Formats: sequence, structure tokens, C-alpha cells
Amino acid sequence: MSSLAASDERTLAAPAKVIQPAWVRVLHWINAVAIILMIMSGWQIYNASPLFDFTFSHSITLGGWLGGALLWHFAAMWLLMVNGLVYLALGLATGRFRKKLLPISPSGVISDTKAALTGRLSHDDLTKYNYVQKLLYAGIIVVGVVIVLSGLSIWKPVQLQWLTALFGGYDVARYVHFFCMAAICAFLVVHVALALLVPKSLRAMIIGR
Amino acid sequence: MGRIRKLLIPGVDKKLLVKDATKLMPDPTRRRFIAGGASLGALTLLTGCDMSDSFSAEEMLKQISKFNDGVQALIFNPNALAPTFPESAITKPFPFNGYYAVEDAPDINGKDWKFEVRGLVDNKKSWTLEELYKLPQVKQVTRHICVEGWSAIGSWTGTPLRDFLKLVGADTRAKYCWFQCADPDGYNSPLDMASALHPQTQMTFKFGDEILPRAYGYPMKIRVPTKLGFKNPKYVISMEVTNDYKGGYWEDQGYNSFSGS
Repeated sequence: MSSLAASDERTLAAPAKVIQPAWVRVLHWINAVAIILMIMSGWQIYNASPLFDFTFSHSITLGGWLGGALLWHFAAMWLLMVNGLVYLALGLATGRFRKKLLPISPSGVISDTKAALTGRLSHDDLTKYNYVQKLLYAGIIVVGVVIVLSGLSIWKPVQLQWLTALFGGYDVARYVHFFCMAAICAFLVVHVALALLVPKSLRAMIIGR
Repeated sequence: MGRIRKLLIPGVDKKLLVKDATKLMPDPTRRRFIAGGASLGALTLLTGCDMSDSFSAEEMLKQISKFNDGVQALIFNPNALAPTFPESAITKPFPFNGYYAVEDAPDINGKDWKFEVRGLVDNKKSWTLEELYKLPQVKQVTRHICVEGWSAIGSWTGTPLRDFLKLVGADTRAKYCWFQCADPDGYNSPLDMASALHPQTQMTFKFGDEILPRAYGYPMKIRVPTKLGFKNPKYVISMEVTNDYKGGYWEDQGYNSFSGS
């Protein structure tokens, strides 16, 4: 993976390399809790008026009934939004997004996907994301923004009617909100599976290195 | 909504998903989380509340809901109108909605019915349907959004509530208009004064140009297009202008009280 090599001055400066800075770790785990609360309460809310021909098993939903789920959803949304805004602000201000997630090239994504599928993708340097990681992490940030905006447009289709209109109206916004949830769930499956396959990446997200 | 499919999202096993999700939690929390079956009580752990006292989680959620009432009142723009639609957009048939079957809906005789106005008003009196029908009416086609998530577009005609409040000399500095209804179990709901004074908030007498049918709240419904459906009481029998929060049928069970759209 020498093609990915770029100058990393921090490796020269710091004796013990910090892979995930403290702010990233704290915000990551707060986000993990918030996302789980939002998804599980969201499933219970979905069940009150399903968009598709299925409902979520009561055993994996949160809140017990619609009213309880709404209380959880509209409580956890503050955790998710405030935490997410801090993350976006710090990600932009510290240059982390630019350094870690950019550039993303289609050819890089394709070659890294091939390498990953044939088990030849290196994880030697966890400070650098490969192109597949870059794409997924950048993508999930976009999904996170869209799920919050579509959620706001469902919550406030009169006060924020311009936003609701942007999503194609109230009913369409509900589908957007749902598919963003599905995308996050799919991401979570891959994300958690890979974190367990490369345990040092999980360790880095807990103790930093 | 009773049918539960094994399917969560195509290709994703829900059990694995929850297993994966719980793996994101610190270990002791995870174990207790799984043991507790992801119940409300178990989740209090995540919020740092004592598990033996599940009321604290409820209490916390209640407090946040009250906070959300305040936030919503703050972002409520009294001049923001709910989008209106052409008549061709009206949902047909418009759904009947209630916590009882349509056969059990109040069957009110319009000749006997009276609308009692009390509380902080100059003219405390009971209005007959005939008297109310004489007030100027407007028609609006707006979207009704249910707390459950579904929505339907309907046509409602009636007297703007703010005109009526002026007519009866209501103290519009009061906090609420509290409505009581003829539903089984006595439905009631508080409406904050800012929303009561919103130009589209209406004492509704007609649906789709016809006298309000029994299913939609005959003889009078309060239509509030800036609120979720359960804040739009049907079969209304009285209004009290008050500074006291008197609760409501669904609000008391946990639905957010402001529930603005």
C-alpha cells in the first residue's frame, strides 16, 4: 500500500502515535449510544404506521409503545444532534475530515475493494484510511446529516416546510428517513464486523492507540 | 400493524444486528442490557439512572418532553401557515381515526348539543349549533398528520378560532384553551394560546363542503393544521380559557403536549 503513503509528520514528533484523538473517541461512543437509542425507538415508531409490509419485533424496539418510543426518540435526538454538530465542527476545524477522508478516487476505491475482498488489504497503519474506509466514513457522515434533516422535516413540516419541500414533501421525507436508517444499520453490520476482525482498530477507538 | 415479519431489512439478520449493536457498548452495560431484554428499565443504565428505580428514566423522559414543549413553543412562528393544497389532492376516503371503532363514536343530536364557553372570557355562555353556524366561515385544504406517522389531506370549513375568541372576549394572554369532548372516556386536550390564535386554527363544521359527518367529529371539531392529529379534538362540547395546564387524554399518557408540526 505504498501508493497511499503520504508524509506523516506526527509520527516523527510523537513517540507513541495517537491513532484516534480523545475527542474522536468520546464523540464516537456518545454517537454509538445515541444511534442505538434512535434506531430502536425509531423502529417502535415505525410500527405504529408501517411503510412496508413488515413491522419490527417488539423485542428489539425501545419505548414499549408509540408514546414511550416518541419520548425516547425526541430525547435521544438532542444527544445525536449536539454530539453530531460538535463532531462536524471539530472535524472541519481540525482538518481531520480533509486529512483522513479526502481525496476519494474511484480507481482507489475499486483497487482497495479488490484488495479487501482478496484479503490483501493492509491494516498496518491505522492512522490512514484506505479508500473503502474513506468512502464509507464520508458516506455515513452524509447519511447522518440527511437522516437528521429528514427527521426534522417530518417533525416540523409546517415550521420547516421549506425543508420538507426539499425532501419532496412529508410522505417522501418519511421514506428518506427510513432508508437512511437502513443504510446506517447496514453500515453498522460491516463496521462492527470489521472492527472485530481488526481488534487493534477497536482498541484504538477505546484507548486511542 | 399486528403482522410481524421475520424480515428486518433484506439480508440483515435482526438478531445479529442487535448483537452487533450491543457490542458497541462497554462490557458491563452490555451484559445488563441483554439481560434486561432491552427494556425501558435496562436502558436507564445507559443514561446513568438507577435500574431499581425505573421511574427516574420515565421522569427524565417527561422532563425532556417538557423541555421539548418549550423548544417547540419557541420555534413556533404564529405567521407560518400550514401548506394548503388543491381540492384534487384531498385523500379519499379520508380515514376515520380514534381509539374506538367508528360505530362507538359519539352520536350527537345537533339540536340538543351545546358548546359551553367558560374560564377567562367575558361572555360565558353555551352556544347552540344554529348560533355557531351563523358565524363567518372559511375553507382550507390542509394536511392532517397523525402522531403515528401517516398523513391525509382534507378539506375543513369553519370559523377561525381567533375570531371566536375575540367575539367571546377571551383573555388571549391566558396560556391555554382547554377542550372537552363527548368521546367515550371523555377526550380532552389543551391547546396553547399561540396555536389557538393561529390564523388557520378553526372551529370546524364541515368536511369536504358537507356538514361534518359523525366519523369526523359532528357537530364540531377543532382543526389545528399546525398540530398533530390528536391535538385536533372532535365532538367538542366545551372550551375553557385557562392559565392552568389541565392535561389531556393522550398527553397524560405520554404524547408530547405541544406536538406542533
